[in-house]
Amino acid sequence: MASAPAEGTPTLELRDVSKAFGQVIALRTGSLTLYSGSIHALVGENGAGKSTLVKIIAGLYHRDSGTFELEGQPVEFKSTAESKAAGIAVIYQEPTLFPDLTVTENIFMGRQPVGRLGRIDRKVMRQEVRDLMARLGVKIDPDRPAEGLSIADQQIIEIAKAISLDAKVLIMDEPTAALSGVEVERLFAVARSLRDEDRALLFISHRFDEVFELCDTITVMRDGAYISTDATADTSVPEIVRRMVGRDVNELFPKQKAKIGEPLLVVENLNMPGVFHDISFTVRSGEIVGLAGLVGAGRSEVVRAVFGVDPYETGTVTVDGKAVPPASPSTAMRMGLALVPEDRRKQGLVIDSTVGRNITTAIRRLLARFGLITTGMENESAQVWASRLEVKTRALDAVAGTLSGGNQQKVVLGKWLATKPRVLIIDEPTRGIDVGTKAEVHRMMSELAGQGLGILMISSELPEVLGMADRVLVMREGRITADLDREAANSESVMFAATHAAEESYA
Amino acid sequence: MSTSTMFTPTEPGTTFSSRIGGLARARETGILLALLLVIAVTTIKNPAFLFSSDGFRDLLLTPSILVVVAIGEAMVIITRNVDLSVGSILGLSAYLTGRLFIDFPGIPILVVFAIGIIFGALLGLINGALVAFARVPSLVITLGTLYIYRGINLAWTGSDRIDPSEMPAAFLRLGTQTILGIPVLTLIAAAVLIVGAWYMKNTRGGREFYAIGSDPSAADLYGLKVTQRVLAAFLVSGAAAGLAGVLYAARYGTVNAQAGLGLELEAVGAAVIGGVAIFGGSGTLWGAAFGAVLLFTINRALPVLGIPDFWQRAVVGVLIIGAIVLDRILALRQSRKLIEARDQDHG
Repeated sequence: MASAPAEGTPTLELRDVSKAFGQVIALRTGSLTLYSGSIHALVGENGAGKSTLVKIIAGLYHRDSGTFELEGQPVEFKSTAESKAAGIAVIYQEPTLFPDLTVTENIFMGRQPVGRLGRIDRKVMRQEVRDLMARLGVKIDPDRPAEGLSIADQQIIEIAKAISLDAKVLIMDEPTAALSGVEVERLFAVARSLRDEDRALLFISHRFDEVFELCDTITVMRDGAYISTDATADTSVPEIVRRMVGRDVNELFPKQKAKIGEPLLVVENLNMPGVFHDISFTVRSGEIVGLAGLVGAGRSEVVRAVFGVDPYETGTVTVDGKAVPPASPSTAMRMGLALVPEDRRKQGLVIDSTVGRNITTAIRRLLARFGLITTGMENESAQVWASRLEVKTRALDAVAGTLSGGNQQKVVLGKWLATKPRVLIIDEPTRGIDVGTKAEVHRMMSELAGQGLGILMISSELPEVLGMADRVLVMREGRITADLDREAANSESVMFAATHAAEESYA
Repeated sequence: MSTSTMFTPTEPGTTFSSRIGGLARARETGILLALLLVIAVTTIKNPAFLFSSDGFRDLLLTPSILVVVAIGEAMVIITRNVDLSVGSILGLSAYLTGRLFIDFPGIPILVVFAIGIIFGALLGLINGALVAFARVPSLVITLGTLYIYRGINLAWTGSDRIDPSEMPAAFLRLGTQTILGIPVLTLIAAAVLIVGAWYMKNTRGGREFYAIGSDPSAADLYGLKVTQRVLAAFLVSGAAAGLAGVLYAARYGTVNAQAGLGLELEAVGAAVIGGVAIFGGSGTLWGAAFGAVLLFTINRALPVLGIPDFWQRAVVGVLIIGAIVLDRILALRQSRKLIEARDQDHG
């Protein structure tokens, strides 16, 4: 099963499928051929059209042109129910389950076995769930509610659902993004066993090691167009990356040397029971400190506590030698701290407000004359930052929600830079933005460090951490397990610290 | 992968689910206990509250109409909607009942019941259609129909009033009659409750109500017929209010344009007190029914206990807020337990 089984009728075939949303063309020539008994990878940058393609297959979108065949028969899906009935199951990155209902009900919702008077046969359902879980080699109580399940377990439930539907095609959209190493292994084992049952699997991922480990065929997409399909054995990571980006990527993460000066942010023995423990670190002027770790290791919680959004029980935070009081973001801001949060749409940006207003929200108090602010005053001040950050929008009056992810990130960054911070904390600076903008954001961070700012950067992308950071802190389950210099930090040492307790040493 | 020792494959979920199930059951049990406590305390203070010939009957009779309305309301709330028009529907249906007896002398009582239910269902269908198709929040839609239905009622009824003398004695007897000591109205309410609760627990439709309320966007992804189900919930709620209108006419004999005024809030209150989550997805019709009984029983008990009139409404408020706080605490405790169980699982 190592090479692509390219003979016989494909289970699913899309040819030259296109889809536009008004003026925006999301997909130009989407082509994809899946065979049973194969795990097929679909790779591409953000915005390459992968998600649109998946949504067309799932019946959420309807294609504008092109052909879509399932086992040789042309199909037209008008709803998710129709594609599901045809044997296509999609497992999204963040599964959508009903939190109040039990695992069993979640698997059978909408198609419960019924007896007389339409009474649901719970016994039959529970037995099947038990069989499914046994088959998948996992132990999840069929009677517990879905609330509180880990993402990994939620995905297993989605997979169980797909199997009980006897899906011919299983599509997994970035399923490993939020999983730990063990969970990824479990998922892969399940995926392989499904492949061996002669189902067709499509695996979408940004992690090349996983793609090359799991998949037998790789399709590359770029800018909404099909680029290539290869057997995994016949290609290599650099080759795939080149096709994805359309150019060679050497200097994605250009951190320039900056003079590292005095300690700016000093955190000592920060504790919050159940969330994080004994957190101590220092960020110096001119330094970029990377905070690495798996999703859920407590990184965002730590910086939120440092900034005063969340409380902590013991420990101290000082900026420039002056203590920052706990639980007071406004004081933290005044003392020179700035936090660019992870979820821009929810926490960093007033989506329905204009770019100008967004940039100046953090400095309203400074701008106001007699407590009043005019749009003119706002735009005047925002203009400086918008041009410095090269926000690509025609006017400061544009509504923030209409900007691309990269430009939204710049607006949030601009908002905080307008406060003239000493220390900038950035949570996932480049999540969800394309490679070009990514490089710009990195260049900006590097410049800011050169101007003497201290930067604390949380990132789940290892290359970004390794490329940008002067020093890498690694967290695991609420504790810092490693403090690595630029020289000592490589993907092995960081991943080791992210998955092992501090006492175990890296061999 | 690491697995928990708690969930052994041979007895799947016995320990775990019984614990969670126990919590859920505790919610209805808690209301029942509170109800018994109120009855006990009041009876000790004044034995006539329970042991007089009318005492026991009134205890069951008074809340019956609200129970019927609250059952429909609970179904709507479980789908993450709310129906504020039930009081107005009840008012219209009650007056229609009187008019039917006046305008069609000799009309069979069962036909009147059927017309009342169908009429309520139609009004509910209007609510449901506006909510499900126009995708406007039900709070706003039913607030609008609350006034519209009441306005129609005022225009139609005017200063007219249906008097007991205008309705057949057999119909009025239904309002006070008992079978084996249990009022007929209570039996009707109980029948509605049993059928409704069974439906919600054991059928696809019922479970989909919960699913839609639990996560509407997930319901779309599952391909559930969300529009149809939401429509059905409002239709049932309207039908229940229509039935309650007929019962109201039978119980009180006098119907004017004020019938059922403010009842919608009592229905929502009853559901919330009974543990139906205001954001949908959880709670049972049993809970809503117990909530309705508790609400009315407390209202009747307070004067007996010598608590002044104007405090009674405050007590209802305390009850509602208390119920919500309790639910919040229970929900937090449960989610903490589930997360702890997960940590043990992966630890």
